[in-house]
Amino acid sequence: MSRWLPRTYLTLIYLLLYVPIVVLVVFSFNDSRTGYEWGGLSLRWYDALFNNRAMVQAMWNSLWLALSAATVSTLIGALTALALHRYRFRGKNVLNGMLFVVMMSPEIVLAISLLALFLLVGFQLGYVSLLLAHVTFCLPFVVITVMARLSGFDERLPEAARDLGANDFTMTRTVLIPVIMPALLAGWLLGFTLSLDDVVVSTFVSGPSYEILPLRIYSMVRVGLKPEVNALGTLLLVFSLVMLMLSQWILLRSKR
Amino acid sequence: MRSLMQQPFRTAVLVLVWGWLLFLVLAPNLLVVGASVMTRDPASFISLPVTLDAYRQLLNPLYLDVFLHSLYMAAMTTLVCLLIGYPFAWSLSKVAKRHQVLLIFLLIVPFWTNSLVRTYALKLILATNGLLNNALLSMGLIDEPMQLLYTEGAVVIGLVYLLLPFMILPLYSVFDDLREDYLRASHDLGAGRFSTFIHVIVPLTLPGVLAGIMLVLLPAMGLFFVPDILGGSRNLLVGNVIKNQFLDARNWPFGAAASIMLTLAMAFLMFAHRLSKRRIGEEGV
Repeated sequence: MSRWLPRTYLTLIYLLLYVPIVVLVVFSFNDSRTGYEWGGLSLRWYDALFNNRAMVQAMWNSLWLALSAATVSTLIGALTALALHRYRFRGKNVLNGMLFVVMMSPEIVLAISLLALFLLVGFQLGYVSLLLAHVTFCLPFVVITVMARLSGFDERLPEAARDLGANDFTMTRTVLIPVIMPALLAGWLLGFTLSLDDVVVSTFVSGPSYEILPLRIYSMVRVGLKPEVNALGTLLLVFSLVMLMLSQWILLRSKR
Repeated sequence: MRSLMQQPFRTAVLVLVWGWLLFLVLAPNLLVVGASVMTRDPASFISLPVTLDAYRQLLNPLYLDVFLHSLYMAAMTTLVCLLIGYPFAWSLSKVAKRHQVLLIFLLIVPFWTNSLVRTYALKLILATNGLLNNALLSMGLIDEPMQLLYTEGAVVIGLVYLLLPFMILPLYSVFDDLREDYLRASHDLGAGRFSTFIHVIVPLTLPGVLAGIMLVLLPAMGLFFVPDILGGSRNLLVGNVIKNQFLDARNWPFGAAASIMLTLAMAFLMFAHRLSKRRIGEEGV
């Protein structure tokens, strides 16, 4: 086969994937009110965004939620990966299976199951319910990232540490943690992004006491066009891009 | 032999992990199964007696229509993703290795950006006075704007746009593993290009196809915000019905039953995927 055909095809699909994103970024600087015609360059929508107090509050709420969800899921995820890697215990396959099911099942299935749990045990919907839900759907991704790192790990290192008198806790702290550090950072960034972007699960488990950004955007875009959303989307895009590049950089650097 | 000092750490880790998964994964899912066979109750969400009414309601023509329409849109989405993704992954695996890293990166950038915002961006393009209609009008290709938004097509476009990377990535991984010598062997044994494709390439990439279908078909029935933004009230997904039953109509048994149908569909697809992988393993490939 000639070489230009696959290349042309790849280029075309990449163009289609990026056109909406480019349109969004360009229109975020549009001065026109209607949102469809070009009315000249302007930062008015960014201005409107930061002058909207509820919006800024939702931004902080989302950032704080993503930060805490990423941190907790990295902590628990790393311990889970270590347990799966090091220990033999009953029900290991069940544990693996549950993580796999969480990762594969449609978000909405997880969402309603958590809503049912929270309401039936009389749990107040708000920051804590969001945190528990977000940690749960981030967990499998952290476990996989850390497991991948551990699978290429020299088994003799922990043994040597133990022969030198280290107990499990000391060995984990001085040998394992340094080895899995890049995976921890990558897993944390992945969790952070997943949490920041989630709409489906948050729709079900958030309460009026804690409004987060994706839900605010959701209520805005359901009715008509809101130029502020272009500005907000652009900011989120830049933010995710930085996070993604950071995580790739960390992973690439650690491979050397 | 393990010293006693090691035990507390191990026990603490296992209790934490098991506790989390039992309380936030197993228990909630059992609750949903339980709720699906209970009676609807406006005050406490669900109550006795145990009944299969919710499952009977799934067969109610009104809802059956919605489910079939949702399944149809999800199937179209999966088909379009496969038709675009298969040649895409194939082409990608033929590009020089050092470019592949960058190309994969470009593929997952959109995946890392807010899906709600990307769906909204499609609205800017598809609206009646949106960019696509304006462009076609000014080129003289159409005389009056087409109704693109709030159609079945718009929902499918939105879903394809969000889910395409999930089809491409597993396909790319099977094409990446496809060994050139099988293709050469097939050629040496006298098979033409078409015959090689049907008898060698398709069976070897089948696990990737099924993994892709699994990763696209199910979310394509659950992503309720896509019809909300692009589809209007007539093009609903199963996800919209579930959300509506849980958050507005307060009919938990029915919402739970619909969700269990989705879970069963997932189990079926996972089973098919496993089977296809095992078959290839047994044939010694």
